[in-house]
Amino acid sequence: MVRIAVDLNRCQGYAQCAFLAPEIFTMHGDEALLYDPEADEAQRAKLAQAAAACPVQAILVDAVDAVDAVDASAEAVSGAR
Amino acid sequence: MPWTPSTPRPRRCPVRGDGALEQLKREGRIVVVGASLAGLRAAETLRAKGFEGSLTMIGDEPGEPYDRPPLSKQVLLGKARADRTALPRLRSVDATWRLGVPAAGLDMAARRVRLADGDEVPYDRLLIATGVRARPWPREEEAELDGVFVLRTRDHGAALARRLADGPKRVLVIGGGFAGSEVASACRERGIPVTVAERGASPLVGALGGVIGAVSAGLHREHGVDLRCGVMVTALEGDASGRVRAAHLSDGSTVETDVVVVSLGALRNTEWLAGSGLGAGPRGIACDAGCRAFDIRGIVTDDIYAAGDVARCPHPLFGYQFLSLEHWGNAVAQAGIAAHNMISESTDRLPHMEVPAFWSSQFGVNIKSVGVPSMGTEILIAQGSLESRRFVGVYGYQGRVIGAVSFDHGRWLPFYQELIESTAPFPPSFPTVDRHPDGQRPMDADFPDPSVPSHGPTVTLSGYSPADRRITFIPAH
Ligand SMILES: Cc1cc2nc3c(=O)[nH]c(=O)nc-3n(C[C@H](O)[C@H](O)[C@H](O)COP(=O)(O)OP(=O)(O)OC[C@H]3O[C@@H](n4cnc5c(N)ncnc54)[C@H](O)[C@@H]3O)c2cc1C
Ligand code: SF4
Repeated sequence: MVRIAVDLNRCQGYAQCAFLAPEIFTMHGDEALLYDPEADEAQRAKLAQAAAACPVQAILVDAVDAVDAVDASAEAVSGAR
Repeated sequence: MPWTPSTPRPRRCPVRGDGALEQLKREGRIVVVGASLAGLRAAETLRAKGFEGSLTMIGDEPGEPYDRPPLSKQVLLGKARADRTALPRLRSVDATWRLGVPAAGLDMAARRVRLADGDEVPYDRLLIATGVRARPWPREEEAELDGVFVLRTRDHGAALARRLADGPKRVLVIGGGFAGSEVASACRERGIPVTVAERGASPLVGALGGVIGAVSAGLHREHGVDLRCGVMVTALEGDASGRVRAAHLSDGSTVETDVVVVSLGALRNTEWLAGSGLGAGPRGIACDAGCRAFDIRGIVTDDIYAAGDVARCPHPLFGYQFLSLEHWGNAVAQAGIAAHNMISESTDRLPHMEVPAFWSSQFGVNIKSVGVPSMGTEILIAQGSLESRRFVGVYGYQGRVIGAVSFDHGRWLPFYQELIESTAPFPPSFPTVDRHPDGQRPMDADFPDPSVPSHGPTVTLSGYSPADRRITFIPAH
């Protein structure tokens, strides 16, 4: 799983991402961007391309790799010391 | 040589004589209460800035930090799952996570956070990022009816999305703010009949005023929303099996409905700080421009910081009044500032001076705002036109530009942000290429009387006093 968030304050709706990774990013109306907040691992390369192409660098993608992310939830000991 | 203002001050050694700061960075204990957007971003910033000590993240929600904006958009449209909006990790935070247990108290003198399970967590620096929660439907019995929802958490999002997928007969949204309007929009896009009941004269009126509110009302109606303004829901009625079946309105009418979404704004999560001596109350946690929290005496603490939706912070661009913001971008920026300041010498600290910014999308229109529109008394449609629903509206306050809103005109907003930052005169003197004849003159922005807001605006000016515990919003529902 690759986790994604878009800083939509920054996003200018240029749609480069929707062009490069249409499975993840779609335009909703003329200007609003909809995205899948967690994409399949198979999309990682395309996603990286889209994030790099965004002219305002609005796309935030997991930088810590998936193993680390699993660790993070394993660390999440509910209520434990 | 005597020191005069014209001779440069001798440079201080970056490491203080006692090395306390270096020691804090190396082996200090930082505790973050509230493991969501602001908490996570602060933790990442602390590590990015070289904090090597222990970091503890305390959160009452069971899972790891997730993003909320998709919950009222992608998730309700059925395009993403509520349990799959976890926030991307921008770097490893190497923290101890204490999740699923709320902080229940704070001992400022002993520097300890008390957890609901009785455990105590000591800190050298504390960041409070407990955010807000949805204001519940005030009549408890009715709020518990099956089919009555609020929308703030992942669980709320999942439950509501499931119910929408079942194809309800009619959804009733109580409150036409941004969240309520987004819910209504998602319902209509899925072909679900929806009624919106709004106490004010139009949706979004509390945040953007009546001129823009009228545009929003047009959008609702054009998309088939049964929009009822100037009314309040007085009671919800359940059937024999405890499922909601109808709502009664103050105009005597009844709406038959099987799903009710209560969208009446938010309450700040500060109750756990009651009696601690911190300047925290229903209006949030007062902090200085560097995110350091005030105690109730109005003295700023040195070890307790606040960030995100729960914080209120004076802003130089808006008369130094304390601003409360329920904005994603504010949580991110403020978390970064708080984290930086927690591990910096007083002379290296930074002020939180971000210009407030917000986005929403509803009925296929991208709505963005910068500054504090709700402070504006006048509005000028500087670009585009209200009729086309593609425009930029500029808000004026005492002769200066104080805010701007765009409908499908978002790429112009950075320009208006500069006008706000430079306290440019209002009405703005520049000509714009696509200005319509109706945009030549400012008009009354038409905000409702602030003592009777229609629903919580997402930006609130909350006075000057750090110890202020009044609440101005009195829910009528
Ligand atoms: C449905 C929805 C849609 C939104 N859409 C937009 C949008 O389009 N644009 C925009 O700018 N903003 C939007 N927002 C607002 C944005 O999500 C918030 O501004 C942001 O989440 C604030 O982050 P925060 O970390 O300050 O607070 P929160 O995200 O509220 O996190 C606070 C955390 O602290 C926890 N907590 C509370 N009390 C305790 C305690 N005593 N002990 C331990 N933990 C505690 C809470 O459970 C929560 O996990 C939206 C919000 C919602 C709910
Ligand atoms: S490329 Fe960047 S600016 Fe363009 S739509 Fe995507 S996120 Fe927005």
